[in-house]
Amino acid sequence: MNSKVVVIKPGFYTSVQDSGRFDYLLYGVPISGCMDKKSAKIANAILNNKNDCALLEMTVSGGHFLFKANTNICITGADMMPQINKIPVKMNTAIAIQKDDELVMHHSKNGCRTYLSITGGFQTPKVLNSRSMYKGITENFRLSKNDELYFISTSKPIKSNATIKNVRIESQQQVIDVYKGPEFDQLTDKQIEILAFTLFTISNESNRMAYPLTEFIPNHLDPIITSIVLPGTVQLTPGGKLIILMRDCQVTGGYPRILQLTEGAIDALAQQQVNNQIQFNLL
Amino acid sequence: MEHCAFKLRYHHFNEKSILIAWPKEISKRVLEDINSFKAKIKSSPLNGQVLQTINAYQSLWVQFKDEIEDFNKAVLTLQNLYENTSLTTEHTTKNWKIPVCYDASFGLDLKTMCTELKVSEAELIKRHCRPLYTVYFIGFLPGFLYLGGLDKELRFPRKAIPRQKVAAGAVCIGDYQTGVYPNESPGGWNIIGNTPVKLFDPSKEKPCFAKAGDTLQFYPVDLKKHTEIKILVQNDVFINE
Repeated sequence: MNSKVVVIKPGFYTSVQDSGRFDYLLYGVPISGCMDKKSAKIANAILNNKNDCALLEMTVSGGHFLFKANTNICITGADMMPQINKIPVKMNTAIAIQKDDELVMHHSKNGCRTYLSITGGFQTPKVLNSRSMYKGITENFRLSKNDELYFISTSKPIKSNATIKNVRIESQQQVIDVYKGPEFDQLTDKQIEILAFTLFTISNESNRMAYPLTEFIPNHLDPIITSIVLPGTVQLTPGGKLIILMRDCQVTGGYPRILQLTEGAIDALAQQQVNNQIQFNLL
Repeated sequence: MEHCAFKLRYHHFNEKSILIAWPKEISKRVLEDINSFKAKIKSSPLNGQVLQTINAYQSLWVQFKDEIEDFNKAVLTLQNLYENTSLTTEHTTKNWKIPVCYDASFGLDLKTMCTELKVSEAELIKRHCRPLYTVYFIGFLPGFLYLGGLDKELRFPRKAIPRQKVAAGAVCIGDYQTGVYPNESPGGWNIIGNTPVKLFDPSKEKPCFAKAGDTLQFYPVDLKKHTEIKILVQNDVFINE
């Protein structure tokens, strides 16, 4: 049976995301998908969902939702102190939802992004084989007040042994594991030293497309002939600014790609808020 | 067919992908070599392990289904494929004809360009419509075609201050490149006209009609024809040729 969740308050920035849009890179379409894939994966796994089921991704401050039918949900990622009908609920475990339950999330106390999975996934329209919201591709790129999201209701509870313990969200001075990027070899020893020993600050222009860093490094590198970039690619602009591309990034770019984040490092960075500091660890 | 003309660089880009770089050159022969390498991968046993291959001007990105456990071994396989196999089938490419209205109401920078380049509007349009442009790849925005082949006489620097809004379908020139904005977006290229044709339609299974390696030619249409085609496009009955 089809039912819905009503968005009473969307929160600071909430969107529907899934594992992403992989088959359309050749048309210049960004991959998108959950910023912290690891947390999203846990949220789906706990409900025995497939890994590509669509979830809600809430950023910094979560929303307020009304469920119009029975189902199961799971909340992972940053701790936004979730409450159902004003009673605090656990994260990283399956929660049975009754019709008319209200879920309220608050400001995150330890990370940047929280995931809300639901049995069978949110049934928003698929565009180019994915439900991940992206401006110009899907009708909306974020949730608004009074939006209604469909799901397939169920009263069948999840077997309760699937609590994941020790899911830690690091939120201070995160070490970010990186590989050498395609243009790494063009860096000077001095630049490599600065990259290794500087605590970089996440700039307030950060979003799902990119995390620019505040500190500049001296740079002599010229732009490259436009080439492929990926989520996790660290670009160095002619002005010496570092830009870490994230899940919604464009598919090509013209700045030297000096580092490449590991998949795990992208997930970890996605939990870092503006003004947090990070340090690169070259593998 | 002549092959393995280039010295390639292989880079382990991330857990599941390898980036192959050709020498720093924007040319048709590089693009053809990239496309032939793509086709070789597609027709080899390696293809079973490959999720997709995407190219830019002088690079080819090979994404594998699983994590690459032995990078050197994977590179050897690719190198062997590049150097020691020949293609049995040629890949097919298409030529697209794109209508452009160069009316002043669309071509906001046409007049300035003509003055600076010391050419008449008719001459500029003729020179813009003459070449058979090559689609090198699609990037920057969904459906934005990177085209090679602009008449050298039409080279014109990007605007110092980009426009906040460039209309969907705007046909532009930026330095040595020409292109079409698929959707309304900010942009720093000089606008010379507008095409009513949709370069990107996410409701379609194939959201962009062109692909890397195809060719494209512009042809001039007047305002009336532009409106007519636009109506056909909006009703989804215009057929790209």
